[in-house]
Amino acid sequence: MDKIPILKMGQYLLVTVQVDLYDRLALGLESDLVNMIRKHSSRGVLIDISAVNIVDSFMGRILGNIAQMSKILDAHTVVVGMQPAVAITLIELGLPMTGVHTALNVEKGMDLLREQLLAQEPLTPEEDDDYQ
Amino acid sequence: MTIISKETIAIRTEQDAVFLRHRVTEYCVKIRMGLVNQTKLLTAASELVRNMLRYAGGGVVLCEVVSQSVLMMGVRLTFTDKGPGIADIAAAMKDGFSTGKSLGLGLPGTKRLVSQFDIKSQLGKGTSVTILKWKNG
Amino acid sequence: MKSLAAQFLPKKHDEILNVWMNQQLLHEGLREDLMPNDDLRKDSDELLKAILEVIKKDNFSDVNPDEFEKVNEVLAGISTSRAMNGFSPRETALFVISLKEGLRIVLEKNIEDPKALYDEFVRISTFLDKLSLVTFETFIKGREEVILRQTSEISEISTPVIQVWDGILALPIIGTLDSSRTQIVMESLLVKIVETESTIAILDISGVPAVDSLVAQHLIKTVSATRLMGAECIISGIRPEIAQTIVHLGIDLSGINTKASLAHALKFAFNLKRLEVRKAGEFKKIAAE
Repeated sequence: MDKIPILKMGQYLLVTVQVDLYDRLALGLESDLVNMIRKHSSRGVLIDISAVNIVDSFMGRILGNIAQMSKILDAHTVVVGMQPAVAITLIELGLPMTGVHTALNVEKGMDLLREQLLAQEPLTPEEDDDYQ
Repeated sequence: MTIISKETIAIRTEQDAVFLRHRVTEYCVKIRMGLVNQTKLLTAASELVRNMLRYAGGGVVLCEVVSQSVLMMGVRLTFTDKGPGIADIAAAMKDGFSTGKSLGLGLPGTKRLVSQFDIKSQLGKGTSVTILKWKNG
Repeated sequence: MKSLAAQFLPKKHDEILNVWMNQQLLHEGLREDLMPNDDLRKDSDELLKAILEVIKKDNFSDVNPDEFEKVNEVLAGISTSRAMNGFSPRETALFVISLKEGLRIVLEKNIEDPKALYDEFVRISTFLDKLSLVTFETFIKGREEVILRQTSEISEISTPVIQVWDGILALPIIGTLDSSRTQIVMESLLVKIVETESTIAILDISGVPAVDSLVAQHLIKTVSATRLMGAECIISGIRPEIAQTIVHLGIDLSGINTKASLAHALKFAFNLKRLEVRKAGEFKKIAAE
């Protein structure tokens, strides 16, 4: 059976969906990702959907689920590269995916993950300088 | 309204749904439907195929290219299954209604994505949904 | 037995054309500015040939049978092109009606018996009246086409997406926002966001005459779609009366960044991007300290 590959990059997991999504494939991705986050104690997940032409209510829900599940496991999820036509269709469908963080491309998505990680860390010594 | 071409595709598995997607894309490209409208139609088709597979175990899809005038061309899809049928169509067409475990956006969301939407259902006999998307709207 | 008119009129093509042309050239409503006289002659010649062809067959009671197709076609072509060139409907109808006068003069010269002349003239006159109705219909159809074309042109040119800064886009919306226009606005905005890798979009609605719940819904949709792409959207140019209607209608815009003017929105965008705008002198002072 087909599988969507998940790449591990340091503290992050990287998924690039290159094929047409269908339900079983999306469900497989959901469970694989959750297991990978647990196994590697990942802090962030980046899902690139720039090659995906269709996201319907089911696949939109899977993306939302992944975001929620990874949140529980203390990892942030960013969905990047959504095509304009897909975004317009999701809105018309009634699925604004408010719980999911988004970014324009992989680069901006990585920046967002790093920022979110930094915001959680305690202040670094350099920043403490100001108070001395 | 004139029918320019038609084809019937049987749906039994999720793989058939992927095949249907490719065929519908080809029709859309042939009549030069814009990308956003194409995506809306394909997404609507994807919702309806899922319903067919989930509630009726499959069915058939009739794909037609129709035209009303030179400027008004569109793609019409008719999804017919022999499933249990829908007891209360009015309720099924409301946002947030679901007998399964879904978000309940399937039918009302699908209606918002297409130009014309028609649903007929008989309890115990099956359901037939027709959607039409004009190339410019 | 063919009628008198059917017998001799077709042979008199040149004579009728000359009389008709003189009539048109002398008429005070002649529009040389819209159409050179050579073209007018060409149009007149073409139409007259088609009409005489019908008269020859001696069957001009009905304007719809196949034999009339040629006449209708020529007339449709003439009135459509006139509609596009800016002729008034009156001028276009007059073009056909003035032929009546030309035909009358030629008929008078050739038929001596008053009764026969009267009968022939009435028949031809009715026929030409029907033709002028056809002109009218096609003239309006021509105008409708012009309107349709302009509508699509307006919706295309009325959505200019401007890059105001590196990573900041602005989209001034002018005119009413209906659902088909929203789709065009959304699409051009989102495509431009991808193209320029912009993370902030400013939607300026100073040029939108009124905001009702439907327009607000379209705005909210555009903002949500922008967010799905990974960009932030600010709505600016909200006039006081629009703020009032929004609240009175109970529309919830709380999840959306709204600013009174484009300048405020731009300043807010700079803040989001951690950019600062200062006077040049001030900058030197800070540098010197």
